Amino acid sequence: MSQENILLDVQHLKTYFPIRGGVMRKAVGHVHAVEDVSFQIREQETFGLVGESGCGKSTTGRSILRLIEPTGGQVLFDGTDLCTLSREQLRLKRRDMQLIFQDPYASLNPRMTVHKLLEEPLLTHFHLSPKEREEQIQWIAQAVGITAEHLERYPHQFSGGQRQRIAIARALICKPRFVVADEPVSALDVSIQSQILNLLMGLQQDLKLSYLFISHDLNVVRHISNRVGVMYLGRLVETGSTEDVYRNPLHPYTKALLSAIPKRDPSEEKERIHLEGDVPSPADPPSGCAFHDRCPHCMGICKEQPPQTRELEPGHRVACHLYNP
Amino acid sequence: MDHLLEMRNLSIDLYRGRRTPPVKLVEGIDLNIDKKQNFGIVGESGCGKSITCSSIMGLLSFPLSVGAGSSIRFQRENGTDTELLSLPKKQMQQLRGKEISMIFQEPMTALDPMYTIEDQIVESLRFHTDLSRSAMREAALEMLRKVKIPRAEEILKEYPHHLSGGMLQRVMIAIALINNPRLLIADEPTTALDVTIQAQILDLMNELRESYDTSVIMITHDLGVIAETCEQVAVFYAGQVVEQASVDDIFHHTAHPYTSGLLRSVTSLGGEQKELYTIRGTVPTAGQFSSGCRFADRCEHCTARCREAVPPLTEVAPGHQCRCWLHASGAEKEAAR
Amino acid sequence: MKRLGQTIRDLWKDPMGRIGMIGILLVILVAIFAPLAAPFEPDKMVAMPKSAPSADYWFGTDNYGRDIFSRILYGARVSLEVGIIAVGIGAVAGYILGLLAGYFEGWVDRVIMCVMDILFAFPSILLAIFISAVLGRGLVNTMIAIGIVNIPVFARTVRAAVISAKGLEYVSNARSVGVRTGAILVRHISPNVVAPFTVQATLALSSAILTEASMSFLGLGIQPPDPSWGSMLSEARTFMEQAPWMAIFPALFIIVTILLFNILGDSLRDVLDPKLKT
Repeated sequence: MSQENILLDVQHLKTYFPIRGGVMRKAVGHVHAVEDVSFQIREQETFGLVGESGCGKSTTGRSILRLIEPTGGQVLFDGTDLCTLSREQLRLKRRDMQLIFQDPYASLNPRMTVHKLLEEPLLTHFHLSPKEREEQIQWIAQAVGITAEHLERYPHQFSGGQRQRIAIARALICKPRFVVADEPVSALDVSIQSQILNLLMGLQQDLKLSYLFISHDLNVVRHISNRVGVMYLGRLVETGSTEDVYRNPLHPYTKALLSAIPKRDPSEEKERIHLEGDVPSPADPPSGCAFHDRCPHCMGICKEQPPQTRELEPGHRVACHLYNP
Repeated sequence: MDHLLEMRNLSIDLYRGRRTPPVKLVEGIDLNIDKKQNFGIVGESGCGKSITCSSIMGLLSFPLSVGAGSSIRFQRENGTDTELLSLPKKQMQQLRGKEISMIFQEPMTALDPMYTIEDQIVESLRFHTDLSRSAMREAALEMLRKVKIPRAEEILKEYPHHLSGGMLQRVMIAIALINNPRLLIADEPTTALDVTIQAQILDLMNELRESYDTSVIMITHDLGVIAETCEQVAVFYAGQVVEQASVDDIFHHTAHPYTSGLLRSVTSLGGEQKELYTIRGTVPTAGQFSSGCRFADRCEHCTARCREAVPPLTEVAPGHQCRCWLHASGAEKEAAR
Repeated sequence: MKRLGQTIRDLWKDPMGRIGMIGILLVILVAIFAPLAAPFEPDKMVAMPKSAPSADYWFGTDNYGRDIFSRILYGARVSLEVGIIAVGIGAVAGYILGLLAGYFEGWVDRVIMCVMDILFAFPSILLAIFISAVLGRGLVNTMIAIGIVNIPVFARTVRAAVISAKGLEYVSNARSVGVRTGAILVRHISPNVVAPFTVQATLALSSAILTEASMSFLGLGIQPPDPSWGSMLSEARTFMEQAPWMAIFPALFIIVTILLFNILGDSLRDVLDPKLKT
C-alpha cells in the first residue's frame, strides 16, 4: 500500500463507555465498545465495516469523527491527528468529513425546509454571497435528484428514499473528502436501496470521495466496498480487499458470518457454519480471543491470549491464533 | 374444503372520518394455504402484507376494518369449516393461540416484561388445556428444548430482559407452537435479528416443520428469507397480490415486472456491474393509487392500457398467477376495453 | 412569529382552547379597565355593611360596606400582576438554570438540580410563606416568593426538554456538519423547549394566582385596604354565616380564573405537540 494517498489512518482506536453505579455515579466498569481498532482508508476508496449489532461499528465511525470522544488511539486525517484538535479546530475540520445517518426520518430537523437544511452547512463553513449559496444549493439538489420545487418543503413531506437523498445532499454540499455512511440504506425498502447505493457510488466518482461504509448487510458491503473490515465485539478481526475477504475468509467468525447470508435462490445449496450461543456483553468480554467461546476451532491458547493481527497475504490481515506462525 | 385456509376477495378499509370515504389498504386478496405448507408473503413496507395476516387472527382494530364481501374460511381441528370473519369474539379467542398462532418482529415488545418465561409459556397452555401446573411446567420445558434453548430449566425462571433477541424469538416460537397449532403466522420473525441469529432461527423453523403438522405463513420483505423457507409465494405490491407461484417459479420463471425488478436489484448486488439495477420511482401511498396498474409508473414495460385498466390476476402457467397486462389473455384484454 | 399566529389559530380550532382564550382575555380586560368598569371606589364605604346582593350592589357589600363587585374587579389586577410577574421571575431563572443543567450535564447539572430538588421538596405554599417571612410582607415580596417557588418546576421542564433534544439524531447531525454550539442551541434545541415551556408557564400562572390568594388569605400578601381575591376571602371568613356572598364571589372568581388557565394550558399542550399534528 503506497503511503502518499492514504487519507485516513486510524491507529489503535479505543472507545470505552463508563458503566456508572452507586449514589455518586462513579464508573464501576467500562464497556469496551471499540477496542484497539486500526485501519487505513485511501483516497477515493470505500472501506466497508461489517459486523452484527453491538459490535461497535457505529461507535467506531462516530469516534473517528469525534462525535463520540475516543478514549485512546490516533485518527490521522490527511496527516492531522483529529484527537488532538481543539473543539473549534475540529469544528472547522468537519467541512472535510461528514456523516450520513441511518434514519433519514430522525436525522433531519422537522422544522426546517429542505432549502434551510442545505443552506446551514454553507452558512457554517463558507462566506458566500446569497447568489453563490443559491448556486451551490441548486447544484447539490440536482446532483442527488431533488427538484427545485421540493426545496421549500419540509422533510416529513417526503418518502424515506427522498429523505435520504436530502440527508446525502446536506452531507455533501460542502464537498467533503471523507464521509462516514452509517447504515445509510438499512431503513429503506429493497427497491429504494439500490437507487441510493447507485447515487452514493456516482457521487463518489464525481466528488472524489472516500467512504467509511458501515452496514450489517453483507451483500451491500460487498457491492460497494473496495476493502472490508469485519468487527466482532469491538475488535477488528479481519481486514482485506473485498475480493479476498469474501472469496477467502480467514477468520472463523468471518466464515460463519458469510455462511449465514440467506441464499438468493431456492435451488442454491449452502453449507452453513453454526455459531453457538449469542454475542457476549461488551462490558464483560471473554478472556483471550473475544470470539473463543463461540468459535468452532477454539484452542487452549485462544482462552488465554488475545491474538495478534497478522498480514497473511498482502493487504489481508487477520487476528486469529489459527494462523500463528 | 381442500385448503386449510381460503381467503377470498379480502379488502381492508382505513377509516378517515365521517365525511371522507375509507381508503382501501388492500383489495381483492385471494390466498389458499394448504396443510403443512410454508407460504411466503413478500412485499415492501406499506404493501399491506402484515394487516392482511392480522385480519386472519381478527387483530385489526379501529381505524382498520375488513371490507364488505371479504371471506376467510379456515378448516378447524374438528374438521368443520369456519368463516373467521363472522366468528364471535369468544370463539376467536379460543382459536387464537390454539389453532392459529403468531410470532412477531420484535420479540422484546411481544413478551410481558413483568412475567418469567415460564409464566408466559404456561399462560397460553392454561387458557387452552386443563393440565396440572406441574404438567404444564414439563410441557414448557420440553418445548424450550425443542426450540434448542440451552439451560432450559434456568431460562424458565428468567425474565425477558435477561435474554437476547435471538433467544426471545425462540421463546416466542415455543409459545406459538406449544398448542400444536394448525397455522403459524410469522410476521418478519428475523428482521430485527443479526444475520447469524437469523440463520439459526430460519434453520430452526425449517427443522420444526418436520415434527409439526403446522402450516406457516412467512411475512417478509427479504427475498432471501423466502428462498430459505418457503414453498409457495405471494408477492404483494401496493395492497394487491401481483404474482403468486411456487418458490421455484417466482425465482426462475418470474412473470411480473415488479418481482423481476426486485430480484434483479437484489442479485445485481455483488455482481460484476457496479451500477445496480433499480426500479425507478417510489412506492405509491394508499389512497393515491392510479386507476390502472399500480406499478405502471415504475414499470419498464408500461403501455397505455396499463394506465387505463387494472390488470386481472391471470394464470400464466399451472399454479402461477400474475397481475400484468403483458400476460393477460386476449379475451381479458378485450373485456377490459 | 409565524408560529405564534399558527398556534393561536390552532387553539381557536379546539373548543376548549377557545373557551380558555376568550375567558382569559376577559379577565385581562377586566383587570385593565377596572377603574372604568367598577361602579364604586374599592376602598370607600358605599352602603350598609354586609348588604346582600342587589340591583345596586351586584355582589353585595362587605363588613365595611364596600362594594364587593368593584373590589373584585380591582382584585383581578392584583391577581394577574402577581401571577405574571411571579411566573416571569420563575420562568426566566428556571429557563437559564434548566438550559445550563441540560446542555452541560456533569457536575453543573448535578449541583443545579440538587438545589432544585431541595426547593421542590417543600410544599410550595410553605416555601412561599417562609421566603416572604424572610423578605417581609407586601405585594412585591409575595411576587418574589412565588417566583422562587416556581423556579424548580421550570428548570426541570426545560432541562428535560434540552436533554431529550440533545439526544435527537438531527442534533447529532448538526454537530457532525460542524454547526456552532450557539446555533445548535437556538436552531435545533430551543424549538423543542418552547412547547413544554409555554404549557408550563400557563399552568404555573394558575398556581401562582392560587398561591397569592392563599398568602393573602393568611395575611402575608397584599395589605389592607387594597383588595385581592385572597385577602377578600380571608376577611369573609369571620362573616360566613351572616354574609356568605363575601366569600362566594371572590372564591368563584379564583376558581374560574384558575380553571381557565388550566383549560388553556391543556389545550396548548395538545396544539404544540407535533406528534398529534396531522
